[in-house]
Amino acid sequence: MIALKILTLYKIQHPVLHPKNSYKLKSLVFILLLLLLFIVNISLGSVDIPLSSVFNSLSGNGGSKETWNYIIINYRLPKAITAILVGSGLAISGLLMQTLFRNPLAGPYVLGISSGASLGVALLILGSSIIGGSFSLLGQSQLLISMAASAGSFLVLFAVMIVSRQVKNTMSILIIGLMFSSLTSAVISVLAYFSSAENLQQYMFWGFGSLGNLTWSEVLIFTCIYLLAGILILPVVKSLNSLLLGENYAKSIGINIKRTKNLVLIATSLLTGVITAFAGPIAFIGLAAPHMTKLILNTSEHKLIIPAAALLGANIMLISDTVAQLPNSEFTLPINAITTMFGAPIVIWLLLRKKKMVL
Amino acid sequence: MTRQEIHKVLHTKNLSIGYGSKKGDKEIAKNIDVELHTGELVCLVGRNGIGKSTLLRTLSKMQPRLAGEIYLENKNIDDYSRIDLAKIISLVLTERIPSSNLTVYELIALGRQPYTNWIGKLLQEDLDHIKEAINQSHLTELMHDRCDKLSDGQLQRAMICRALAQNTNLIILDEPTAHLDVQHKIETFRLLKKLAHELNRAILISTHEIQLATQIADSLWLMTEENIISGKPSELIESDQINLLFDSNSIYFDKESRQFIMQ
Repeated sequence: MIALKILTLYKIQHPVLHPKNSYKLKSLVFILLLLLLFIVNISLGSVDIPLSSVFNSLSGNGGSKETWNYIIINYRLPKAITAILVGSGLAISGLLMQTLFRNPLAGPYVLGISSGASLGVALLILGSSIIGGSFSLLGQSQLLISMAASAGSFLVLFAVMIVSRQVKNTMSILIIGLMFSSLTSAVISVLAYFSSAENLQQYMFWGFGSLGNLTWSEVLIFTCIYLLAGILILPVVKSLNSLLLGENYAKSIGINIKRTKNLVLIATSLLTGVITAFAGPIAFIGLAAPHMTKLILNTSEHKLIIPAAALLGANIMLISDTVAQLPNSEFTLPINAITTMFGAPIVIWLLLRKKKMVL
Repeated sequence: MTRQEIHKVLHTKNLSIGYGSKKGDKEIAKNIDVELHTGELVCLVGRNGIGKSTLLRTLSKMQPRLAGEIYLENKNIDDYSRIDLAKIISLVLTERIPSSNLTVYELIALGRQPYTNWIGKLLQEDLDHIKEAINQSHLTELMHDRCDKLSDGQLQRAMICRALAQNTNLIILDEPTAHLDVQHKIETFRLLKKLAHELNRAILISTHEIQLATQIADSLWLMTEENIISGKPSELIESDQINLLFDSNSIYFDKESRQFIMQ
C-alpha cells in the first residue's frame, strides 16, 4: 500500500509551466521505492534471514550460513528479478495496448491476450498428455511452454487486430476480446476433461501464477526476450504520441501506422507471452499500473510514461510478491490472487475519483 | 514563418475520386481540375454526400484516387514520402480526438513530429514554431490546459494551431465550423483568413456555411455532380452558378441581399 501513499502525496496539480523537474522527482521516487522494495522482497521469506546476512550474500562476501546464501542467491534473487520483469512488462504492454486501441480499458488480460497464452500452454501441457507416449515429455520443457504461450498470445492479439480493423467501435472490440477469453477457456475445459490428473495439476498450478520457480538460466531467457521487446518499442515511442489523436491525424503527420501497429503487436505479444509462460496469467497489473502512472505523472507523453509505468508495475509486483510470500510462514499464496486483490480496488477507485479513464 | 511569393501549391489534372474495390470502382466525382495558391482561403461547397470529404481525403493522400493526377508544388503527389508530404499538407479533420492527458501545448507540439528526430525531441526551431503558432491563434492562456477541458471552439482553435505549427504551405480543414455557434464560426473563418493572408498559406476548407463563405473566402470551389466550378464568390453569384448548389427552385441566392431566399 506504499504506492497508494505516494499517489496521495503527489496530489494532481495543474502545471503552470512544463514541470519537467517534477517528472524527474517522481521518477526518482519510483526508482528509490524500487530499490527499497527489492531489498524488502529479498529479506522476507519463509526462512527468517537477518538483513546483514542478506547484504553479505548479495555482495558476495562470505560470513552468512551456506543455506541462507543458497536461498538468497538461487531462490529469492531470481524471484525478485522475475517480479520486476513481470510487473514492468505487463505495465508496458497494457500501456501500449491502451494507446493502440485508444481504449483505456485495454490490457493483456481484458483483450483476451493472456487467455491466448493460457490456451497455448494448455494445448502443450494437456494436449501432449492426451496424445501420450514420448509427447507427454514436451509439457515439461520451460522453453516450449514459453513458446506455446507466446504463440497463443500472438494469435489472439492478431485476431483482435484484424477484428478491430473491421469494427471501428472500441466497445465491440472489448466484447470480442471477452468472447476470445470465453472461447479459450471453453477449449481448455475440454482439454482438461481428457487429460491426466498430474498434467491437470501442473496446468492448474501454472494458472495460479508463480514467480519463484525460475532458475538463473530461465531468468536469462526471460531477460533476453524482455529486452528484445523493449528494443522493438523504442522506434514507435514517437508514433504512439501521435496515435493519441487517432489514426488519421497520426497519418497526416507522417506516421507509418502499419509499422507502428506491427511493432506494438509483436512487442506486446512477446512480453505477454513470455510473462504468462514463466509466471502464469497475471491479472490487473497491465490495466492498473498504466492508469496509476498517468494519474501520478499527469501526462500522456510516452517518453515519460513508458518508463514510469514500468517502474510502477515492478513496484506493485514486488509488493504483491512480498505479501504472497506470507513472511515467516511456510505458505505461499497464488500471486494472481494478490494482484487481483490489489488491482481491482485501484481500478474502481480510479474510476470513482476521475469519473472517466483517459489514455 | 511568413513566405514571400505567392505560388501554386496544388493543382489537379482530370482527377476522379471515389472508392475502388475488387467489384469495380465507385466513382463519386470526376473531371476535377482545380488550382490552389498560397495566400488564399478557398471554401469547398456542395451538397451533402456530393464528395467534399472524399475530395479532401484524396488531395491529402489519405485515400487513393481513381484516375488523374495531383501535383503538389509542381511535383506529383506520388513522389512524396510520408514525411515530406506532412511538411507540405497539414489537416484538421472532423473526427473527435480520443480523450487523453494531452495538454494544449503537447497537442500543438505534435504538429512538429515530421521535423523531430526518432524520439521526438523538440529543438529551439520547433519551440519557436510552436510559440509563433500559439501567438497567431491566441491560445497563450489555454496553453497548459488539458484538451479534454476545452470547449468545442477552443479545441478547434487548438487543432488549427497544431496544423499551423506543422508549418505547411497547405492547410486542409474538413468542416472546421460544424459544431460551433455563430460567433465561433465567424471567429474561425476570420482566423483562417488572417492566417492565409498574413502567413501566405493556402487554406482549403469544406463548409456548409455558404453565406459566410461567400463573404470571407477568396475563392469558392463549387462541387456539382459534373465537375468543380471555381471562382471568386462574386463571380459565381453574378453568373448564377451558385444556385447549382440546390436542385430545387424553392431556394435561391439573392444577388442584392447576398443571402438565401426560400420561396
